[in-house]
Amino acid sequence: MTGGPARRIWGLMYRHLALYRRSWPRVLELMYWPVLQMVVWGFITAYLAGVQGSAASVTAGVLLGGVLLWEVTLRSQMGFAISFLEEVWSRNLGHIFVSPLRPWELVAGLASMSVLRTVAAVGPAMGLAFLLYGFGVWTLGPVLVAYVFALMAMGWAVALAVTALILRHGAGAEALAWGVMFGIAPFAAVFYPVAILPGWLQPFALAIPAAHVFEGMRAALLDGTMAWDHLLWAVLLDFVWLAVAAWIFLAQFHQARVRGALLNIGE
Amino acid sequence: METPALLVEDLTKTYRPGDRPAVDGLTFTMPMGQTWGLLGGNGAGKSTTIAMLLGLLVPSGGRVVSLGHDMATRRFAALARMNFSSPYIALPHRLTVEENLRVYGHLYGVPDMKRRIAELLEDFALTEFAKRPAGQLSAGQKTRVALAKALINRPALLLLDEPTASLDPDTGDWVRSALERYRAESGAAMLLASHNMAEVERLCSHVLMLKGGKVVDEGSPDDLLHRYGRDDLEEVFLDIARGRARETAA
Repeated sequence: MTGGPARRIWGLMYRHLALYRRSWPRVLELMYWPVLQMVVWGFITAYLAGVQGSAASVTAGVLLGGVLLWEVTLRSQMGFAISFLEEVWSRNLGHIFVSPLRPWELVAGLASMSVLRTVAAVGPAMGLAFLLYGFGVWTLGPVLVAYVFALMAMGWAVALAVTALILRHGAGAEALAWGVMFGIAPFAAVFYPVAILPGWLQPFALAIPAAHVFEGMRAALLDGTMAWDHLLWAVLLDFVWLAVAAWIFLAQFHQARVRGALLNIGE
Repeated sequence: METPALLVEDLTKTYRPGDRPAVDGLTFTMPMGQTWGLLGGNGAGKSTTIAMLLGLLVPSGGRVVSLGHDMATRRFAALARMNFSSPYIALPHRLTVEENLRVYGHLYGVPDMKRRIAELLEDFALTEFAKRPAGQLSAGQKTRVALAKALINRPALLLLDEPTASLDPDTGDWVRSALERYRAESGAAMLLASHNMAEVERLCSHVLMLKGGKVVDEGSPDDLLHRYGRDDLEEVFLDIARGRARETAA
């Protein structure tokens, strides 16, 4: 046999890519919400900038940057969790889990699909932000790559935890795959600084990797400074989130094997 | 001495503490190159046994060694040389037949995959359906695709859960012939859980009769017929399921 981890991971990715190749509504759905969000927020910020002058146009850039980068987190999480749900919906998990695919390879395959889905979803929205509103998120400079990676890693951590819940509770937990990030957004300081939150909430917000990314983004766009401390915190917190989520996932995977749930995860 | 296809020792599964075991102290050694049957009524423990043999279910006690690999510690080494087919587990129905086989060709690391897929499509009379989504196939065609998937890696050990359930007699016969041919050509071992007694009589050289999670009898189909004084395995099955004593052995 000429197998190895890379080929098995590619096998899992191929399964999803073959699905997208044939289904244009799925591809359209990937781009639909990020582009719609960008258009709505773009007009809001254009209106604010027009009414309040040049100072507001900087703020408008911060809002648009927030929209785009939050979409990275959201699409990364959904890209991972929904790829797993595709296996649940097609009742294919039994075949996957009796193949030599290791759990970490499954996670790597889902994370790789999440990267592709995120690029396909957020890329057009970024282009549109530049074409329609003259806002290029790349004005953040090379640190944008680190920010995007930090946000994607947070998305994977949340998705791993959601996947663990699906293993525990079946497709009944699938609503979390769609909605969990919206519950985190108010505390992730996407559109306003952590300092705006009540004092007792701020420690919780600062435990979210995305809050540090958005603080760093605002520092770069508003003050032209590079907030290395926030970037470092974001990366460290990502490691903690990923480690905790991986532990929860592996524990639930083992429990699913004890309960016999892998053959019949469904409703 | 040749490594057995399956070595099962005192295998036990209890789903919840205090419950009756679904599988209770199952012990057997299945050699390579043979087809064995796992027979029993609903709830006898067949599916639980197969799930444990595949590593999908963690046993409460005992151990499984597949193709020389302990499933508790080295299950992925064994899984690369095993495969499984069940009509109750679907393949992605929006993917074409060929794409489905490609996915599993990658997952099992099949060399010269293009040729292997072409062989399987031809062997299972699926060539004309290669570009058709799996969800648009008839039940018989889906079963053939599932079997093609199960043979993609030329498994040394093949586990089959009711491979001909819901098939018409002609397609069922066709599938049984394909399985016989594969075993003869490859020397693989097969374990077959089935409710179709004629199928078991035709394919299996040894049968394990399960009841309440335990092996209540075993032997070749001929031995069992002789021992129970019956003309076919269905009558033997009913004797065991209804607790009637063996006529000759009792």
